Amino acid sequence: MNALLPLVVITPLAGAALALAMRGSSRATRLIAVTTLAVQLAIEVAMLARIDSGGVMVVHLGGHQAPLGITLVADRFASVLQLISTVVTLAVLIYAIAQQRRDARPDGSSAAFYPAMLVMSAGVTDAFVAGDLFNLFVSFEILLTASYVLLTLGGTAERIRAGTPYLVVSLLSSVLFLAGIALVYAATGTVNLADLAEKIGDLSPGTAGLLQALLLVAFGIKAAVWPMSAWLPESYPSAPAPVTAVFAGLLTKVGIYAIVRVQTLLAGGHERFTVVLMAAALATMLVGILGAIADGDIKRMLSFTLVSHIGYMLFGVALGSQVALAATAFYIVHHILVQTALFLAAGLIEYLRGTTKLAQLGGLARAAPLLAVLFFVPAMNLAGVPPLSGFLGKVGLFEAGLSQGGTWPVMLVVGGAVTSLLTLYAIVRVWGRAFWRPTPLTGTAIAAARGGDDSAVSPMQAERVVVLDAADHVLPGAPTVQPPSRIRAHVLPAKLPRGMLAATVAIVLAGVMLTVAGGPIYGLLDRAAGDIANPDVYVSAVLGRP
Amino acid sequence: MTVDLSLAVAIGVLFSIGVYLMLSRNMIRILLGYLVVGHGTNLLLLEAGAWGQAPILGEGSPSTWADPLPQAFVLTSIVITLAVAAFMLAMVYRGFLHTRDADVAEASADEVHIDDGGEE
Repeated sequence: MNALLPLVVITPLAGAALALAMRGSSRATRLIAVTTLAVQLAIEVAMLARIDSGGVMVVHLGGHQAPLGITLVADRFASVLQLISTVVTLAVLIYAIAQQRRDARPDGSSAAFYPAMLVMSAGVTDAFVAGDLFNLFVSFEILLTASYVLLTLGGTAERIRAGTPYLVVSLLSSVLFLAGIALVYAATGTVNLADLAEKIGDLSPGTAGLLQALLLVAFGIKAAVWPMSAWLPESYPSAPAPVTAVFAGLLTKVGIYAIVRVQTLLAGGHERFTVVLMAAALATMLVGILGAIADGDIKRMLSFTLVSHIGYMLFGVALGSQVALAATAFYIVHHILVQTALFLAAGLIEYLRGTTKLAQLGGLARAAPLLAVLFFVPAMNLAGVPPLSGFLGKVGLFEAGLSQGGTWPVMLVVGGAVTSLLTLYAIVRVWGRAFWRPTPLTGTAIAAARGGDDSAVSPMQAERVVVLDAADHVLPGAPTVQPPSRIRAHVLPAKLPRGMLAATVAIVLAGVMLTVAGGPIYGLLDRAAGDIANPDVYVSAVLGRP
Repeated sequence: MTVDLSLAVAIGVLFSIGVYLMLSRNMIRILLGYLVVGHGTNLLLLEAGAWGQAPILGEGSPSTWADPLPQAFVLTSIVITLAVAAFMLAMVYRGFLHTRDADVAEASADEVHIDDGGEE
């Protein structure tokens, strides 16, 4: 059974190679990509079942025992995150296939899309099972390199501009991480996480603190923790909708996962940096959500809420108790599903209207009722409206904070509640503008088209006129590199492609399932938190002690 | 383990030059800065392990061997740096084709969407 562990990393990589080799046929690459992820998903389900009953799964690659060899480790926490990541990636892939079949562009950008998605999936999976810091570094590089490609797909001026800060910031964080690894090795002579957990206690507090701080900064950049979060709302929104959705769901969570590992394994039982992390969590929540309130574009607004809600997870990690870690794990799973669902819904809005700017949107609730539901449910879930999973996660975190007591935890509980209310405000603002109010240009457009008599125009016709009108406004100001075919595809979409809808419905339903099956899932995550709150479980499994 | 001071100074110099270059707005300078910082990090990795003879079984004793693990790290890191630098060059070139300028493009005014309260 242990052979499954390397397979979850190898499968998507092999799929990527195969998809690249078959890039001439888009039908074949799509089939390969979907099959690969389905196989990966099946392996992960089997792994989770096995790990939940049989304990931590460890593989020493090439038979070299820890701490010398490369070790892959999967405990319940890693296994759950792997599974949910692959579910999200698969749904986004189906969404992307449906979108590309509708408005296929002749620029060949889709040839790189499927291999890059599979490589990113391999990188994310590898990051979750990496048993040593250097393998973690390599997996970060795998997923980052794939993400550079995905973010700048097609190479338009706008995407290159948005990709630049992402690339530079990621490079800087990689260099910091690598320097951190060098210093860790110089100080302890090992990079194996389990071995480090034992040896870090022998270091002087100053040295251990420096190493921990360096790693936390490197991972904090990846997780978009304030004040290292400014790159995210700059770069994510301009990518293609499926790419933004999968980035928003997964990449920052990998950073949070790494922070969890550092705080539980390498902190050596000290309360170092707890206050720093809590202050960063509070600032991340509040600064992020204020950005979301100020922004007039749905995709940028969602990027800001993404940053903001990283604060909740960081709060749970900083608390560090089993209750808090269980709530964090639940929040991570909830947030992956909800944020992806919202970005997919935003992609549907963009498909239908050609824009996600609030000033140009309106009347969507009547024009696309199903889309309205698909936006409304995860949006309320994000804001934490009972009884949805966002509420359960927040209650768990607040309970953990209040039971711990003290100035900072209580301040964070208050800050979290305020952030939750402000999220609701930001969401309701989008809902009111994009979905409920009449389309902003209706009056003039109809008047122009009908010579002032607008009584005979049905609502359906009105929508069409407005969309055409909006497209006329877009064309002259649009960057010249944007191919006209793409704009035309957005002018009169008859309706949303079934594949895109199905993928979004699946992710929204998965988010709702998290509420419906909240008890068993929370129980599983509580057991996972038990594993990570007690480093001995991890250490003795890796080092082969009974 | 002894630490070679000249190497430590070299690492410091490489890091400062690299960080200075990365703070520029010019993408070529950022790329050069990344490469210089990358080399500084590689030296740091090398410095983290023991120096000595080539670690070949049957020749010498483990106490006189160099530590091979950081050397393996450095090799991996060099390969990654090469790949990322190649991607970045391609990206800079594509950006140059769009703007005829290797500087980091600023967001134009119509790309920043501060909400002004709508049009109602």
